[in-house]
Amino acid sequence: MSDSSWIYDEKIIKRLEKEVELLKNESGATAAFLVDKNGQSIATSSSVSEYDTTSIAALVAGNVAATDGLAKLLGEKEFSLLFHEGENEHVHISLIFNVVILVVIFDESTSLGLIRLRVKKFISKMEKFLKASFNNAEKDTKNIFGDITDDEIEGLFDSDESEH
Amino acid sequence: MSFINYSTKELNCKIVYYGPGLCGKTTNLQYIHNKTDEKSKGKMISLATETERTLFFDFMPLKLGEIKGFKVRFHLYTVPGQVFYNASRKLILKGADGIVFVADSQVDRMDANLDSFDNLRDNLQEHGYNLDKLPLVLQYNKRDLADIIPVNELEKALNYRNVKSYEAVAIQGKGVFDTLKGAVKDVIKKIKG
Repeated sequence: MSDSSWIYDEKIIKRLEKEVELLKNESGATAAFLVDKNGQSIATSSSVSEYDTTSIAALVAGNVAATDGLAKLLGEKEFSLLFHEGENEHVHISLIFNVVILVVIFDESTSLGLIRLRVKKFISKMEKFLKASFNNAEKDTKNIFGDITDDEIEGLFDSDESEH
Repeated sequence: MSFINYSTKELNCKIVYYGPGLCGKTTNLQYIHNKTDEKSKGKMISLATETERTLFFDFMPLKLGEIKGFKVRFHLYTVPGQVFYNASRKLILKGADGIVFVADSQVDRMDANLDSFDNLRDNLQEHGYNLDKLPLVLQYNKRDLADIIPVNELEKALNYRNVKSYEAVAIQGKGVFDTLKGAVKDVIKKIKG
């Protein structure tokens, strides 16, 4: 991977989206999505529109980072699984390949046991896929963004701040 | 580490506001959030103590325009400034594409500014980043207060890289967007290569 940027091409994203959708359906979850460790949402299942995925991604990444820090203080390599139990909805968070975070939101219509079983299968499949993808995913960002002009950069701000 | 999604045609970048406790990092983000159009921003999240000191981080997503057909999005974070939250502070730096260092202009906060700047360098190093190579802008905040350090002295103490620096009164919004723009431009220029 590039040091300065992390690039997912369309093929990888489509495959990840297909897989999280499958996981959601097979496990009876409400929603499933993949987030990177820096808090960027990577791929979501079809039913996430009711959730603020940007905020969830940032908080989940913070949660995983804090737990990771805790693990190291205790001499553990990592805590690869987090589970938050609510009154109606629950969140199952797991780390894949130490790079990508899988978030599964579910309710009482399914069980933690089934979620764990399906997540385990998903992780095993995805680890192989992600490893292979990362090795092939390198693209030169300079080819795409190399000829950005100062005017284009300035134009980023034209319509987006209401006053300053 | 910027994140380019070819499927959704998005370029996502992360800027971290760093600086000593009570220097105005959260105030910067709050002002940006308040003054940004609804369609261009997401929810601002503040993980703070009961006394409204940042405990873990503040976060807000900001949508800018497009470049080369890619929607440009910035995730803005602050760190907790208090010295004893260093473990949390370090975590937030991970994946940062650019840093805004907010210095407190008050004379009696100069040591805290210097300590925080050193701490920034150390924490970046632990992630394998070099402060001297990462996009960085400086903001000299609280310019409206009495008993403040002249800008040229702040420059001498903190701006050895000769990066962009901005005077600010974040609570009134002065210099807040200039600082943000400066940081965004530097990050995009770094991606441009």
